[in-house]
Amino acid sequence: MEVLVASAVGVLTAAGIFLILRRRTFPVILGLSLLTYAVNVFLFATGRLALNAPAVLNKYKDVPYTDPLPQALVLTAIVISFGMTAVIVMIALSAYLSSKDDHIDMTAQDSVDAPGEDA
Amino acid sequence: MGRREKLAIAGQSENFLYKISTTLTAQIGVSHLSLFLIAALPFLGAVFPALLIRAGRNAAASAAGLTSFLALAGLLIHIPSVMRGDVVTARFDWIPGLGLNANFMLDGLGFLFALLILGIGLLIILYARFYLSREDPMGQFYTYLLLFQGAMVGIVLSDNVLLLLIFWELTSLSSFLLIGYWKHLPEGRQGARMALAVTGSGGLAMIAGMLILGNIVGSYDLSVILQHKELIQASPYYMPALILILLGCFTKSAQFPFHFWLPHAMAAPTPVSAYLHSATMVKAGLFLMARMWPVLAGTDAWFYIVATTGLVTMLIGACIALFKDDLKALLAFSTVSHLGLVTMLLGFGTKIAAVAAIFHIINHATFKAALFMTAGIIDHETGTRDIKRLGGLRHLMPITFTIGTLAALSMAGLPPLNGFLSKEMMLEETVHTTWLHSHYLVPGLALLAALFSAAYSFRFVGHVFLGPQRSDYPAHPHDPPVGLWLAPAFLVVLVVLIGLYSNAIVGPLVAVVSSAVIGGEKLPYYSLKLWHGFTPALYMSAVATLGGLFLLSMHRKGEQLWNALPRPEAKTIFDAVIGALTAISRRVTDTLHNGVISRYAIIMITFTVGLGYYAYSTGTIGPQTRDPLPPQIIPVIGWICLIGATLAIMWFHRNRLLSLVLIGVVGLIVSMAFNYLSAPDLALTQISVEVVTMILLLLSLNFLPTDTPWDSSAVRRWRDAAISVVAGIGSGALVYALMLRDFAFPTISDFHLANSYKGGGGTNVVNVILVDFRGFDTFGEIIVLGIAALIIFALTESVLATNVRGYLLNRKPHWPQSGDSHPLMMVVVTRMMMPIALMVGAYIFFRGHNQPGGGFIAGLIVAIAYLMQYMASGYTWAIERQRFYYHGTIGWGVLIAAATGLGAWFNERPFLTSDFGYINWPPLEEFEWATAMLFDTGVFLAVLGAVMLALDSLSRFAWQPGMAQEFPMDINPLRDDPPEDEEPQKEQV
Repeated sequence: MEVLVASAVGVLTAAGIFLILRRRTFPVILGLSLLTYAVNVFLFATGRLALNAPAVLNKYKDVPYTDPLPQALVLTAIVISFGMTAVIVMIALSAYLSSKDDHIDMTAQDSVDAPGEDA
Repeated sequence: MGRREKLAIAGQSENFLYKISTTLTAQIGVSHLSLFLIAALPFLGAVFPALLIRAGRNAAASAAGLTSFLALAGLLIHIPSVMRGDVVTARFDWIPGLGLNANFMLDGLGFLFALLILGIGLLIILYARFYLSREDPMGQFYTYLLLFQGAMVGIVLSDNVLLLLIFWELTSLSSFLLIGYWKHLPEGRQGARMALAVTGSGGLAMIAGMLILGNIVGSYDLSVILQHKELIQASPYYMPALILILLGCFTKSAQFPFHFWLPHAMAAPTPVSAYLHSATMVKAGLFLMARMWPVLAGTDAWFYIVATTGLVTMLIGACIALFKDDLKALLAFSTVSHLGLVTMLLGFGTKIAAVAAIFHIINHATFKAALFMTAGIIDHETGTRDIKRLGGLRHLMPITFTIGTLAALSMAGLPPLNGFLSKEMMLEETVHTTWLHSHYLVPGLALLAALFSAAYSFRFVGHVFLGPQRSDYPAHPHDPPVGLWLAPAFLVVLVVLIGLYSNAIVGPLVAVVSSAVIGGEKLPYYSLKLWHGFTPALYMSAVATLGGLFLLSMHRKGEQLWNALPRPEAKTIFDAVIGALTAISRRVTDTLHNGVISRYAIIMITFTVGLGYYAYSTGTIGPQTRDPLPPQIIPVIGWICLIGATLAIMWFHRNRLLSLVLIGVVGLIVSMAFNYLSAPDLALTQISVEVVTMILLLLSLNFLPTDTPWDSSAVRRWRDAAISVVAGIGSGALVYALMLRDFAFPTISDFHLANSYKGGGGTNVVNVILVDFRGFDTFGEIIVLGIAALIIFALTESVLATNVRGYLLNRKPHWPQSGDSHPLMMVVVTRMMMPIALMVGAYIFFRGHNQPGGGFIAGLIVAIAYLMQYMASGYTWAIERQRFYYHGTIGWGVLIAAATGLGAWFNERPFLTSDFGYINWPPLEEFEWATAMLFDTGVFLAVLGAVMLALDSLSRFAWQPGMAQEFPMDINPLRDDPPEDEEPQKEQV
């Protein structure tokens, strides 16, 4: 099971970073979303994995519980990441509508290659 | 310094303080509070002039005056104990672990300076009321002045160096405002900037020095630091600390070579010059040197740095002052010179010199403030401050003449005025000082400086008041109204009285202050009197006076010589240095910060990966201590879906809609994984966030291009892919290694599990952590979320106010629109679903404390229920039925959460401690009620409001005229024959 979670985190991170390095706003937003999943799962996994042991206390018998702390942190992280995504989307949208250009870089000549070079 | 005493409260006037103090906390006694209050009063009072200016200038001035007066009265209450040599203290430990304490102390030194600051402040407030003209914003002036006053009082009363540093920086900031008060004058703005740059950077150096000092001693409390002279002077860090602290003092007190800012600061209104640049701010540096004297002075380094700087400053300042034609410039350089004098005396490091320094600080404050005010009066009444255009004013302005002459003669050091006494003492000390084995260097140069000082003082009298009356004054000079001359007259009376009866008037004060400066040791023998017999100092005084007169008679020739000399212009050098610094920092910034965001991302990611690799290759990794869980078939299927969807996003990411759908798949699998791995709360949150995020992204895609064009080269893509794969492998490996090992340290989770029910009253530990154990974090998070939503709203507002609005109104959609954009089935179903969805939200909310759920999730679910209405029936329809602004929902949420947190205080618990109990209402089962529920209500409202405000704002981009249907549904079988009682609602925007 740990292999599955770890490889999923790895793949999500790689995909997220690749998209963040694109030069248009929308792929960057997608990349941030993927990276958010990766980070949240990573944080969650620091509590170690457990099956059928939710951190809801059982009054009647002694049962194992999973680590509640990372869950609480990740829960707020999920909601905050929505706020962050929303702000970035709005900035991207406003920038595009104002300039009719969705490049994220301010200047083209500073980057490695010019836009549309290998289109 | 060890003696401390709490003062008993005396008199009815402070009874209200007593009440406040006992209510606030029993630990802060009354004498403590009054020290706090002295420092706080000017800050509190600073509000009033700005507000009261609408009621007139007198109201504003009275408010400022009353504030100063109250603070002064609070100070004078302490006279008995201060005069006994006691140290009044007030402690308030804020973060003791970091040494951050709001500790105040009042000893002789602090008392003298506080007296000068508040007393002269009061006189300045009176003077400024009549000096400033009708056009000047007087409310602002007094507000700045009080801010400055508070900061200065804070410096001299602080018993904690960190606190002192804060006040120190505050004086730089508030004096910036005061110097630049006449914003329309370029000289004012430049002078203010220069003063801020010089004193501010000196302050930065001083912060470093004070931190070193605190580190050596192990405490940031001044009273503790002052008791460790040997420890400090033996430390290898003594020199750096000394130099850094002195940098702060020298810049503030305008010592050579940092003296140049002071004359430029004279662009300020004269009351500011009189206050800041004679009596208070420039003396802050002197104060600090005097304060630190017991631990820093006495070494060769101290003597050679401080005394030499002081001597050079005294000489240069006096020399330049003689050749300045602007009255205020003359006084400014004279101030530089006198500050140098006091610095030199402190630099000598002998006790008797310290006494002389203290005495001269008092005398200088009296005559120099009076002189500045006199200069202001002359400027005010004659219309010029240029000495070359003045002269012969003694008959036209007899009162001003008397005041100015007495003060100037005191500055020259003539008996029987107070300036004579301290100048004698200074000259006497120089005679006993050897500089690098030379017995004559210090007294010789000091005599020269005294000679120049006498010369410019005589010039102030001779070239302004004496001489023939002229006919070409810019205005008709006459004595000012009493309000203007009262303050300087009062000071001049002091000048004369201190000169004549020095022992009776300031003798005890000087003794107390001096003993505070020299660290409570026995005072040396000295006597404050006019006649000491035929001493070397007397001959030197006589030479200085006669030489001064001679120099003045040669002034014309001297001036020609002076003007012929090449002199470095400080302002030019300063501007060049600042310009060079700006150019360098601009170049560095432009190179590092060139606007290519992907470059920043690459730098950050490769650096992080490199850091991880460094940690991996140099650290050790412990053995595996946990057995992996066996993989089962369902998770493997989920894994395949997730990996497949992610790879598909990589492949199809240029098709934006498709990749959005695929992202949805990933989010779904992640929430299922949370559920499978014992995190039902996370699963619920993730899936509801997923829904709103998808709606948000779909909405935005409506306006963005549908495809991402190819615009990276293959090389670049391969490079990015390589970086991403390495980062992915790194993070995956890290989390894999982590999951197979137990915690290296005991975790605090066990505490949460054990106390969740006992202390928080809930069985859902995750929720109890959110609303109770870490409620403060949650409180911060809902505020952040609310701010994010408000940013979105504000962005929408500003974008829609530009020509983008026109573009949006005429926009053609990417795809052909459905003719039935509000389908009948969807409208009907969502409306039926609405109460059910709300009920689910309520259910999730109420069970949250004990079962998976809670405010976050409930907020999201209710938001989705609302959004369904928006989607089905259209924005216009929905917004018309929405009676509450979402801003308000956010605000109420945060307020309710805060109020719940504050409620804990009434229970005498820390902020946000929750309480719970059980309620038994007969027909119902016994149920639990926790204040955490109220807090969760706040969370619920804030989340709901934030989500709705964000999406609502985005939806406004889509609005176009004619979009709104007259009818709730596009296609309605009833429409052809609407019944009478079901009037279709007209949609309006």
